Amino acid sequence: MHRALPVLAVLAVLTAIWYLGAWRMNTPWALAQAERAGVELSAGELFTETMRQERPRLPAPHQVAAELWKTTGEMALRGRAFSKRSLIYHGAITLGATLTGFALGVALGILGAVAITYSRVAEMSLMPWAIVSQTIPIVALAPMIIVLSNAVGIEGRTVPKAIISAYLCYFPVLVGMVKGLNSPSASQLDLLKTYNASGRDSFFKLRLPASMPYLFTSLKVAIAAALVGTIVGELPTGAISGLGARILIGDQFGTPLAIWAALFAAAILAGVLVTVIGGVQALVLKRMGMAR
Amino acid sequence: MNDTVIRADNLDLTFQTKDGPVHALKGVSLDIGKGEFVSFIGPSGCGKTTFLRCIAALETPTGGNLSVNEMTPEEARKSRAYGYVFQAAGLYPWRTIAGNIKLPLEIMGFDKAEQEERVKNVLQLVDLEGFGGKYPWQLSGGMQQRASIARALAFDAEILLMDEPFGALDEIVRDHLNEQLLALWARTGKTIGFVTHSIPEAVYLSTKIVVMSPRPGRISDVIDSPLPAERPLEIRDSAEFIEVAHRVREGLRAGHSYDD
Amino acid sequence: MTAVVAAVAFWLAAWGLNVALARSRWRKARAVRIAVPVIFGLAVLALWQGLVRGLEVSPVILPAPTDIARTFVTSTDVLWQDFVQTVLKGALSGYLIGCGVAFVTAIAIDRSAFLTAGLLPIGNFVAALPIVGIAPILVSWFGFDWQSKAAVVVVMVFFPVLVNVVQGLKETEAMQRDLMRTYAASYWQTMVKLRLPAAMPFVFNGLKIATTLALIGAIVAEYFGSPIRGMGFRISTGVGRLAIDLVWAEIAVAALVGTAFYGIVAMIEKLVTFWHPSQRVG
Repeated sequence: MHRALPVLAVLAVLTAIWYLGAWRMNTPWALAQAERAGVELSAGELFTETMRQERPRLPAPHQVAAELWKTTGEMALRGRAFSKRSLIYHGAITLGATLTGFALGVALGILGAVAITYSRVAEMSLMPWAIVSQTIPIVALAPMIIVLSNAVGIEGRTVPKAIISAYLCYFPVLVGMVKGLNSPSASQLDLLKTYNASGRDSFFKLRLPASMPYLFTSLKVAIAAALVGTIVGELPTGAISGLGARILIGDQFGTPLAIWAALFAAAILAGVLVTVIGGVQALVLKRMGMAR
Repeated sequence: MNDTVIRADNLDLTFQTKDGPVHALKGVSLDIGKGEFVSFIGPSGCGKTTFLRCIAALETPTGGNLSVNEMTPEEARKSRAYGYVFQAAGLYPWRTIAGNIKLPLEIMGFDKAEQEERVKNVLQLVDLEGFGGKYPWQLSGGMQQRASIARALAFDAEILLMDEPFGALDEIVRDHLNEQLLALWARTGKTIGFVTHSIPEAVYLSTKIVVMSPRPGRISDVIDSPLPAERPLEIRDSAEFIEVAHRVREGLRAGHSYDD
Repeated sequence: MTAVVAAVAFWLAAWGLNVALARSRWRKARAVRIAVPVIFGLAVLALWQGLVRGLEVSPVILPAPTDIARTFVTSTDVLWQDFVQTVLKGALSGYLIGCGVAFVTAIAIDRSAFLTAGLLPIGNFVAALPIVGIAPILVSWFGFDWQSKAAVVVVMVFFPVLVNVVQGLKETEAMQRDLMRTYAASYWQTMVKLRLPAAMPFVFNGLKIATTLALIGAIVAEYFGSPIRGMGFRISTGVGRLAIDLVWAEIAVAALVGTAFYGIVAMIEKLVTFWHPSQRVG
């Protein structure tokens, strides 16, 4: 509670600012409507009017919450959780691509880190490009990745989306693992040398376990990056399912509520994913006796 | 040596921790006169550093009276009555040695010319002429610590508080710095409070040695040194020196006996 | 087929050269440290060239590097126009405003431990979110021109920079703060002389992350509506019109700009935080 209090307070303030913004930004439209209908609005009536528009410039928080509930919980209760209009369905599509991309990115990151740790050529050739790769705005490449994967004969959109998300999430894993694999001290490595341990032994018995805290720290960053990658992959590419596609479609059909609901669904998904990784981290590190 | 600069009267300091209250200081009374060199010695947890921090108003006692220059420690701090030297040099790595020494001068609003003048003087005082333009990380640990002493001397406060300033240095460097510190003290006539772990260091440097013991942190002995003001390093082999050192060791042992 | 073989042979030769360089006694030399990745990059380009030519890949799917280079050279006017629209007007203005506002906000909330404790976890969380999704909303608020792109960039860079500055301002040691207390230094003296310099490595970490985000934001926002220029506009329409070589030329510009932008910030970082252990030479 001690820690949560300031966070809750700040959240309350942000919500209040949001309401204020909704009131200000939706006022012109409400006034225009009232004028057309020939009615005079009192200040109180005007405020209520700004809070319940169907296509507000800025929807009020409770409208977003209602829309979110309508497209998730309510549909689930009616047994239509995986209908194409439900955010659970779109969230699952996004989640699938995110996890595929995450798995791919993590595998790449770990392999790259092992290569860089053990091979000087790999370190010298790859490391600069790995850094450069993160400075390139991947969105520019996103449409091309889809064109290319279609040309190679990959059906569907999961793979190209996963490639973009792997591109974004491999880097933190690579950097974290390089750090982790090099984290044993010289004396720890020397100790293994006095046992005449093989490279294999020193990897599995020392370097790999020592790198676990680093790995999990970067996995938390990576899973969030993977989700960003998937949504970035859905935005510009004319996808029709997935949370990013809901944002796109909401934009095309002029339904701001759908955009906001999808945005919040994405935020919730990100929160859940990071929490899950955090839980696994706590569990594994505790098992390994490394919990702090 | 008769004006009292620092006066502690029945000082208490209790920290509230999860495992109950910790008595860092209990009933500490001590007078420090102008121009004295006072060492505080004792095992860890005896409150020697805490006492020094109380004088510097970095901690607030929970009972008793403490005055510095006949002011409260807080007022003394605000009037910049003392220079403080920490265990680590703590020089800012983004400033040169000269820049680090200027730091307090800038804060206290000395003008530019005066700053240059003082930097030159204190660099000379600690034997670091020519190193003003270097960055701290380009110097050895001993030189860094000398620079931090120069920083504490730069604004010419009457009191110098030193918290194990040489604790992290090797013995040879430490001997050398001890010798230099004595010379500096003789030249400037400052009042020095000096926290240390080392018996020879305390005996070699001090006019007064305060032996402290832990749980609760208190003073178990105060020894006025019979050694002459002029002290070459060889004095450490003299019978007088060994006798004082012996008394300090006895004091430490007495304070320590019941807890292990 | 010979092109493929030649490309693979070149790639192997280049790798061999790199192995030799990495084992040579000049491996610590600056020139070698630069040459090795450059050779690697060239080898990848050659492999791409050889595979596209040798397997006769349609230029509508993947043009060869030389084709892209030719298009690049012949359409510099279009590329320049797009660069000005997307990078200078959209990304750069948004970057400067966003980083500036984040910096000022961080210092403004610094005095309140309560606010800092509340905002830091929220900022950390929001910084990890796909904020780029707000692009269509901001485009509908601020119109099609660069202002809406800058707005997207402001929102995207704000949180990572805020979080890093707040974190950085916490990065002083107790001893350093005590030292300032013994000088009876004021809040602002401590801020300017101790906490801001000590925060710089963190601040620059945020600023570097923000460079890439700024470009992503400016480009994605153009997918949701833009005047008939801009890199995002060119890429999304180019894919539709099968002007794939021009799209790749834009990608090349985006890559160069991204690297240069990051590189410039990293260079300023080196100048400002020369004292930090990670930056010291030797």
